[in-house]
Amino acid sequence: MQQSDFLKIVTPFQDKLYRLAKRLLVSREEAEDATQEILMKLWSKSKKIGSYNNVEAFAMTMTKNFCLDRLKSKQAGNLKLVHSNYREEGASLQKQVEANDSVTWVQRIMEDLPEQQKMVLQLRDVEEYDFDEICEMLEMKPTAVRVTLSRARKAVREKLMEKHNYGIG
Amino acid sequence: MELDRIEKLLSKYLEGSTSLPEEAELKAFFSQDDIPAHLAEYRPMFAYFKKTKQEKFTKGLPLQEDTKLNSKKWFPWLSVAASVLIMIGLFFGKGYYDQKQLEKEKAQYAYKETKKALDMLAENFSRGTEKVAYLNEFVEAKEKIYNKN
Repeated sequence: MQQSDFLKIVTPFQDKLYRLAKRLLVSREEAEDATQEILMKLWSKSKKIGSYNNVEAFAMTMTKNFCLDRLKSKQAGNLKLVHSNYREEGASLQKQVEANDSVTWVQRIMEDLPEQQKMVLQLRDVEEYDFDEICEMLEMKPTAVRVTLSRARKAVREKLMEKHNYGIG
Repeated sequence: MELDRIEKLLSKYLEGSTSLPEEAELKAFFSQDDIPAHLAEYRPMFAYFKKTKQEKFTKGLPLQEDTKLNSKKWFPWLSVAASVLIMIGLFFGKGYYDQKQLEKEKAQYAYKETKKALDMLAENFSRGTEKVAYLNEFVEAKEKIYNKN
């Protein structure tokens, strides 16, 4: 497969991969590195790409697994790092500044959701995939996707209502 | 758009049972400016979904790595090729060395033979000069006789 053919396949959804990675990894740099790595993996498998009936869904699943692994190893690493607290504080300060904008509040709220809810919300409400595709990407059953989605939407709404009642935004 | 309908859609939305067109309808509704106060919390939600969809992957892809992958695949064979080369080298090198050694021995032999021959020649020469020395004696004697006369 030629580079140009590969790019033709990948370009329409590479931003979606990146956004899912960023949803999970939060940091922009990490999400870009992860996306790059996933696309390179896909390129190394490009001979077999014809045999996948849905390259986009396959790439999404790869992204999901890659980011979850990354998070798992990061958590394990963080337990040993005493200094990680300092960094956390700096980040939250920056987040507080950002949070003045009620739209970025939603981002913060989503950061606190469990991974599954983050992903379902991202794929449905941001990327607007239909349920079948989300089931394939996340390797979940349709009912599970619906339940997770419902929980995520309710959680975000509840947090936003709390915030409104406090009158922060 | 009927507010009634929106409220119904929202409760369906929270249950996760809206279709994509229905969700598009909600998104369109909440992108307006005048939202009833009791639904205000939905506005940043849909606004954020719209906004975050504009984020783009900006990092380039170093795709030429393909050739690098190829060379990686051939790398183990490199050592095999090298060891084969060394073995061939040793094999022919040994033959060449032996041949050189043989030539050297031959040359040594030829040198010894030549030296022997030259020595013999030199010996005979010196024997020759001894004989010439007798001749000298004869010449001296002859001159003595001439001088006396």
